[in-house]
Amino acid sequence: MRDERAIRVLIADDTNTDRLILEAIVRKEGHEVISARDGTEALEQFERERPDIILLDALMPRMDGFETARRIKALAGEELIPIIFLTSLSDTQSLVKCLDAGGDDFISKPYNRVILQAKIRSFYRMRTMNRTMLEQRDQIARHNEHFLQEQTVAKQVFDNITSGGHLNNPNLRYFMSPLAVFNGDVMVAATTPAGNLMVLLGDFTGHGLPAAIGAMPLATTFYGMVGKGYSMADILSEINGKLKSLLPVGLFCCASMVELNFRKGTARIWNGGLPAAYIYRLGGSVEQVKSTHLPLGVVGNKDFKADAALYSLEEGERLYLWSDGIHEARNSDGDMFGEERVMAAFASNQTRQCMFDELLGQVKGFIGEGEKSDDLSLIELLMAPSSVAFNQQGQTSNDQSQLAEWSLAFEVKPSSFAIFDPLPLLLSVLLEVPGLRNHSGTLYTVISELYSNALEHGVLQLDSKMKTDPNGFDRYYELRKQRTAQVSEGFIRITLTHQTFDEGGCLTIEVADSGAGFETGALTSGNIERYSGRGVALVESLCDTVEYQPPGNKVRATYQWHRDD
Amino acid sequence: MSEKQLIDHEALAGLQEVLEDDFQQLIDTFISDSRANLVAMQKALAADDSDTLRRAAHSLKGSCSNIGAAGLMQTSLDVEARAHRGDLQGVEHLLVELQGEFQQVQQQLEVYR
Repeated sequence: MRDERAIRVLIADDTNTDRLILEAIVRKEGHEVISARDGTEALEQFERERPDIILLDALMPRMDGFETARRIKALAGEELIPIIFLTSLSDTQSLVKCLDAGGDDFISKPYNRVILQAKIRSFYRMRTMNRTMLEQRDQIARHNEHFLQEQTVAKQVFDNITSGGHLNNPNLRYFMSPLAVFNGDVMVAATTPAGNLMVLLGDFTGHGLPAAIGAMPLATTFYGMVGKGYSMADILSEINGKLKSLLPVGLFCCASMVELNFRKGTARIWNGGLPAAYIYRLGGSVEQVKSTHLPLGVVGNKDFKADAALYSLEEGERLYLWSDGIHEARNSDGDMFGEERVMAAFASNQTRQCMFDELLGQVKGFIGEGEKSDDLSLIELLMAPSSVAFNQQGQTSNDQSQLAEWSLAFEVKPSSFAIFDPLPLLLSVLLEVPGLRNHSGTLYTVISELYSNALEHGVLQLDSKMKTDPNGFDRYYELRKQRTAQVSEGFIRITLTHQTFDEGGCLTIEVADSGAGFETGALTSGNIERYSGRGVALVESLCDTVEYQPPGNKVRATYQWHRDD
Repeated sequence: MSEKQLIDHEALAGLQEVLEDDFQQLIDTFISDSRANLVAMQKALAADDSDTLRRAAHSLKGSCSNIGAAGLMQTSLDVEARAHRGDLQGVEHLLVELQGEFQQVQQQLEVYR
């Protein structure tokens, strides 16, 4: 960079006297002088010396000042090379001609030293500013290009993750404007092992990358779990928990999730914070499914409610999900599209098949061409006959990684009785069975009752009758503690057997212990109380069958479960 | 007429200050350029070449203005204006006037040489 004081000034004047004076004035100020006697020479000097400012006489031989100015400006391009015309021309027309040719200012004869010096300084400042501006503009352009590149890559990664599913399902139509992705909208769909279509539309708070980032864990969780047959409630809870732990406070995801069961003609709908979903009935009426839950990622799983509403849908009925982008789409006057216009679009619809396009068309038309603020996400789901839905389904309902039929035997040895609780381990195995996860609470109760019965009455030989009076109760637990610590022989053997069917499965729990057993015949519903069998009654109420085998140290319970439970 | 101050000594003092050692050269240049311009104007008028006449008058006018020779400047401005209009009638009188005035200016500039 040149020293700010050493400004290079090109002086082009054919009159020797005038040029001499100008040179002296400019040099006196400490600037560097380059001289030319006519336009042609000025142009040569310009290209060779690249001056900062040009003092240009208007009337010169060979090439006059006007033409010289035009050529210099053309050569300079975006760079600002201030041209000050030296003129004794005073008529407006001549001055206009100077400006038209690219002149930036005039100075008239006789030259005033002070004014000339002030002009040179002022134009040099302008030139420096212009140069800085150009540099910054180029820098911004480079940054922007870089940013767009990054965004493109991010979008590709994002698309790879989010399109891992079945957005191309024939019963699903969707629209998502490119801007919506980076405004935090996310759309995922996949088919469950049972052939149901699961769809989730989410809208993260905020804008840009921070909003888009939450979509990644959401999408991967969604696809991972839908494919394994987890229930909608489980998936919602899992996503909720994940987002709650990942996202900072204030960033969350308004979402609607739908499971379409083509066999039963039902739609399970959960709406947490998105505008009401619309069920477009065959008769033309619209049923709204309003948000009744908190958005995902707001509260911890303890307080999270994943219960969905069940609707029955006739063949040909349609379900619409949208983010607030549709309702909040603005026209050039700043008015919002709004609920009323959405309703009107449905009311004026003639052909059901065209509803999706009509609505989208109306929103786009409302926004107008010029606006870039479109942030639209729209999904249409169609209830189709199950045969159609199934034929389109690419994957078989029996996932390779899924156990269809299995059994597990587990034995607890004496030294473990005091220190080991087998329940979490067994339960975690059961939770791996898709669909069985919903039943974890029940299964926990059943297995824990059966296990403690086997331990207390079988292995430890405690008499349940002791618990009937308050003193006995304390005594019972003291004895239990004592004997648990001392036990040196015995076992409890737990066998879990599971079979998977299309609609669900059957779990058999067998608990055998090393104890002497009890009179099984005595254990009938009439005298359960006698054995203080509160637990036994509970297990019977939860399971499909409970059966004790003589001599009473072995119990077998069966538990049937269904996917739609 | 000889009593009349044809040059602005104040302006010349200012130029002297700026040009320092080059001031002598400036005066010499002014005199030789003006002489050349006057010759060019005579020839142009004789050749009925109003464009050349105009350029020479313009050039003379500019340097006279800078040097502070107001009278010369005014007369050359008149010539330039007429040449610009293409109206060369009576311009010969103006040229004679210019010649006379230039002689006097030259004399008055002697003090700076």
